[in-house]
Amino acid sequence: MARTITYRQAINEALRQEMERDDTVIVMGEDNAGGQGADGERDAWGGVLGVTKGLYPTFGDRVMDTPITESAFIGAAIGAAACGMRPVAELMFIDFMGVCFDQIFNQAAKFRYMFGGKAVTPVVIRTMYGAGLRAAAQHSQGLYPIFTHIPGLKVVIPSTPYDAKGLLIQSIRDDDPVIFCEHKMLYEMTGDVPEESYTIPFGEANVVRDGDDATLVAVGRMVHTATEAADELAGSGVECEVIDLRTTSPLDTETILESVERTGRLVVVDEASPRCGLATDIAGMVAQEAFGALRAPIQMVTPPHTPVPFTGALEDLYIPDAQKVTNALKTVLEYGK
Amino acid sequence: MSQIHKLTMPKWGLSMTEGKVEAWLVEEGGEIEPGMEVADVDTDKISGSVEVPPGVTGVLRRQVGRTGDVLPVGALLGVVADAGVPEEEIEALIAEFQSTFVPEAAAEEGPVGQDVEVGGVRLRYVQVGEGDRRVVLLHGFGGNKDNWLFNLEALAEGRTVYALDFPGHGESDKRVGDGSVAGLGTTVAGFLDALGIDKVDLVGHSMGAAVAMAVAVAAPGRVRSLALLAPAGLGQEINTGYLRGFVGAQSRRELKPHVEKLFADPALVTREMLENLLKFKRLDGAQAALTTVLEGFVSGDVQAAVLVEPVAALGIPILVVAGAEDQVIPAGHGAALGGKAEVQVLEGKGHMVHLEAAGDVNRLLAGHLERA
Repeated sequence: MARTITYRQAINEALRQEMERDDTVIVMGEDNAGGQGADGERDAWGGVLGVTKGLYPTFGDRVMDTPITESAFIGAAIGAAACGMRPVAELMFIDFMGVCFDQIFNQAAKFRYMFGGKAVTPVVIRTMYGAGLRAAAQHSQGLYPIFTHIPGLKVVIPSTPYDAKGLLIQSIRDDDPVIFCEHKMLYEMTGDVPEESYTIPFGEANVVRDGDDATLVAVGRMVHTATEAADELAGSGVECEVIDLRTTSPLDTETILESVERTGRLVVVDEASPRCGLATDIAGMVAQEAFGALRAPIQMVTPPHTPVPFTGALEDLYIPDAQKVTNALKTVLEYGK
Repeated sequence: MSQIHKLTMPKWGLSMTEGKVEAWLVEEGGEIEPGMEVADVDTDKISGSVEVPPGVTGVLRRQVGRTGDVLPVGALLGVVADAGVPEEEIEALIAEFQSTFVPEAAAEEGPVGQDVEVGGVRLRYVQVGEGDRRVVLLHGFGGNKDNWLFNLEALAEGRTVYALDFPGHGESDKRVGDGSVAGLGTTVAGFLDALGIDKVDLVGHSMGAAVAMAVAVAAPGRVRSLALLAPAGLGQEINTGYLRGFVGAQSRRELKPHVEKLFADPALVTREMLENLLKFKRLDGAQAALTTVLEGFVSGDVQAAVLVEPVAALGIPILVVAGAEDQVIPAGHGAALGGKAEVQVLEGKGHMVHLEAAGDVNRLLAGHLERA
């Protein structure tokens, strides 16, 4: 039975239901239980934005506070996964991932391959990404392309409460390391979510809007920006298809190609930095696989190649918005006319 | 005196609040007669065609709703009148309607689902209408109570109508027992007991029709009449390729070709329909439940339960409605009941005949229930 809950609640519910179902599922991260080393109130925080709040009173020691040492606790989570647990580690901001790249890139991502399939690493690293919270250059990046680049990692970027729950449960049950990227501006978004547990398979894009005139591809928060632009143009009789990739690794190339072969026009909306990003990846793939179908050059809507500005006015300019997407759509729709 | 008729946005099912005009099928100036399909309308659940109501004849004078318009239920779609009616009268009527029309509050939702426990299994059902006659609707394999979207309200006029989710389906528990037609029949009998229904008219679709027959055969005095839509249980042949394909499909792309087999017009399969089916199939336990029910329902490549003889011997009113283009169960199976049933085969319609020809099916069901 579905009811309306937030993106934050959907993630919390996925954790709770999987912890109830499977004793090997544990949760760890900074302030996840609330108040490491203090005698004070437990469950005070539930992580910096309160996603794990309420789990500690139910699951006790299976919800762990960690020191502020990402390399240590991400390494511990990966080690626990290799030894039979299913840890869900919260790495506050994706920006902090740099200090534990070796654990992620060279250990977690490689175990299955290097041990000939005899080892699995069912770890989930939950992390916040994205601009919009006035959190400045070190807390606002969209670094998901870095993880998408590494074979052996799966990268999940949910855009709605329904997807967040189903994709997180799938992530926990998956035997490979998963980087689960939550957009901090989506935590308050509400939507219909079934009370029951369910899984959404990886590598299956969601077509959130039908259209034959142009294809918009996006992930996470940008799905909503793309849809806003598409809805705006619908008023002038143009129908754009919006594809939410849900996961960037594995990537559902089939849904993208099928759509572009029909529409002949592609706009990729990506909140990550423009160089070697998701947008260039999709654009390159489509240019190689469906060049003959294209009726206009592919457009990429991304931020500029700069750090995320702290100044509010500049941050707003930095983030791709519906107006920029609409402009890109007009470019592909009017090309050659 | 020549009459002016209004065509309005229909209400298909209790949850429909608005519809989008996809296309007009009749030009302004075209002749109109009852039963004609005049426009295609899209809702968030399904696409359908607006039929001209009985008694409405004349010329389509105005297409008030334009292609692409999203209009609330009851809004003015078009105006029909004799060619002789002056333009001013038409204009005046439109102006009057538009100035006084108040859409039903969008807050008015469909019927709220209720739970009942039968044999330790929680079943979700909806109940609409009021009346001494109790009618229970049984959906088909892989379906749910929402399949009756276009029928529930029409049947509920003067009757109490229930639509339930079978075990393993929709919002009911995913525990299905042995999943056989007889087992599901026992569940339905338990549902009737739990709700204190002594005498019932059963309407079943596909596998639900076989279950309805099983209930009647197990408790002959309890079932007043049977209405069997695209029924299973009247012959061995069934498209197991469809059934297994439906169960096995994990993605929208895999599911679509199978779901298209349910309709004569594959364009009726919308993205929302597929997404809703996937949302059900993704639930923990749904896949296992479907597999168990499938294995109880078919044996190898044929139906496991054929109930022609005991059903023909019941001596109760039976209506069989099938779509001539049914790709899942042969439309001719109703003939097996010989003279014991009224058999209607609707041309150009498929397996989901109650969705694809909702108006015709509702009329046939209403007539059948009145006579029974």
